[in-house]
Amino acid sequence: MLESSLDDAALERIYDALAEALDRSGREHEAVFLAKLALTLAARLGNEAEILDAIAIAERDLDP
Amino acid sequence: MTEGLKRGRHQSLYFDYPVFPFTPPAEMRGERSHHKVAVVGGGPVGMVVALELARRGIASVVIEAADTLAEGSRAICFSRRSLEILEGVGVADAVIKKALPWTRGTSYYRNRPVYHLEMPHSGDDKYYPMVNLQQCWLEQFILDRVAAEPLIEMRWQSRVSDVRPAGDHVVLRVDTPDGEYSTTTDWLVAADGARSAVRRALGLKLNGTSYEGRYVIADILIKHDYPTERRVWFDPPSNPGSTVIMHRQPDDIWRIDYQLLDDADEAEELQERRIRERIQAQLEMIGETADWKLDWFSLYKAHALCLDNYVHGRVIFAGDAAHLVPIFGVRGLNSGLADANNLGWKLAWLVNGWAAPELLGSYNDERRAATLDVFENAIKSTKFMTPPSRGYDLMRDAVLSLSLTETFARPLINPRQSVPYTYQDGPLTSPDDPAFAAGPIPGDLPVNLHLGGGRYLLDHLGAGFTLISFGPPGGQVRERIARLPEPGTVVVVGEDVADPAGRIAAVYGARQGTAYLVRPDGHIAARWHAGVSVEALEAALARLKIGNAEVGHA
Repeated sequence: MLESSLDDAALERIYDALAEALDRSGREHEAVFLAKLALTLAARLGNEAEILDAIAIAERDLDP
Repeated sequence: MTEGLKRGRHQSLYFDYPVFPFTPPAEMRGERSHHKVAVVGGGPVGMVVALELARRGIASVVIEAADTLAEGSRAICFSRRSLEILEGVGVADAVIKKALPWTRGTSYYRNRPVYHLEMPHSGDDKYYPMVNLQQCWLEQFILDRVAAEPLIEMRWQSRVSDVRPAGDHVVLRVDTPDGEYSTTTDWLVAADGARSAVRRALGLKLNGTSYEGRYVIADILIKHDYPTERRVWFDPPSNPGSTVIMHRQPDDIWRIDYQLLDDADEAEELQERRIRERIQAQLEMIGETADWKLDWFSLYKAHALCLDNYVHGRVIFAGDAAHLVPIFGVRGLNSGLADANNLGWKLAWLVNGWAAPELLGSYNDERRAATLDVFENAIKSTKFMTPPSRGYDLMRDAVLSLSLTETFARPLINPRQSVPYTYQDGPLTSPDDPAFAAGPIPGDLPVNLHLGGGRYLLDHLGAGFTLISFGPPGGQVRERIARLPEPGTVVVVGEDVADPAGRIAAVYGARQGTAYLVRPDGHIAARWHAGVSVEALEAALARLKIGNAEVGHA
């Protein structure tokens, strides 16, 4: 289970910001936007094991 | 077999709809008639305003266009706060006897649970955090009280066709089966719902956001044995891509609300055959095989709209006439009842000549702020229940999928059930005493505590102002409270209410002498840690616009 250091209010604001960025990207570019975002966050995080763990979490239950 | 679907008049499978005749009023019998207060709209909000006025000696006439009560279940979830408000007007017992209480909920993604809702509930709470009851039953119980109240005159089948403010009064035109009549009133309370005729007559507009997402809301009669809780399915196999909500109601009635997909054809979806198919699929998905009947259905769209001001001279708006709130999070009628609770005593005090006119302005300040706060939460719920764009759609699916295994994402699924609003920043509320380290702050509701034997601390609150004092207050303070025009109540903890273990004192952060001043609507106006002097009490009353200086006694 992932430990989150964000409080609920910050999580809500990020949820809205991401939804709006996805809308701005549009259907054609939304996947590339998300891939870029993931790489940027990985570079910020700087911990390969944690990044690989996050990839595994995101891959789970794609079609539950 | 006749089911309860609307064909002309609604034939309910569980509720015997009364038909209220039109009785020609005094105005049509050539008698002169002027009213102190006319309430337009005989729904729950209008009737509770009339009851709040009546308990303070103010007569009112309630003008209602329909000839019966709310059709279908409509508002079904009532909060603990709403039950407290209904207790004040003598309706809570009847509601509790019939309604189904609940504390929890489960959200599913496809068919797997992703979120459990648990609303706080302890032995110190007199009421459950939420109860389910069809609106027609609620209206029946309120009307039973209204019928026993000689100060309230109900006028059915009476449609307001025009409203003209005229300086110190308001002129109304009313359309009836026997023709039109005119009448005048000092004050007009517009509680005539989402399509308010009063709002239209004054040319006022609701401002805010309307959402595209559409829901079909339906009641079915079925013997379905499942505890009363809120169940929500996101993208269920029964109705892929949709969101489905189920709530239990009394009389073996279940409410099923489901979202229509963006490309769904409304006319096709509102055909009974289609509605039955969708509901049948949902029942099959949860393993229910019992026979069922469709009682009522309606189409719903979420709005977050309100008037810019709830007080227009002598016309005051309340409930859906003032604001339309998304249903997700059960804030519609619950905020309407809070309006009635806030407005009732203020209007009564003003009409009785006990308060300065600014008291009424505080109704707008406090309740409009409450509406905006409700919007903030309801808009978040609505964006989750009916994602307004592709971006929100993707984010919701991401949160639901993650929540199957990851706890961090689950708070985003929280339905944010309505909570009472705090009037902390309201114009009537005194600044807090910084000496307090605990306890409810001014603007909050006082905390209830079970005293034993089915008695609760807040049972001791009076209809007017109440001073909760830890130890006896000074003689002048006690005398001032008693001398308020609607006589106040002093509750001495340690005398009127025993507190041997110091439990009440601990919850209220109190020492010997600590005092809380509670308004007639149950909100805390001021509190004093080291005790209250008559001067400090007078300052709090002045802030409440009922100090000696402002009041011109009638």
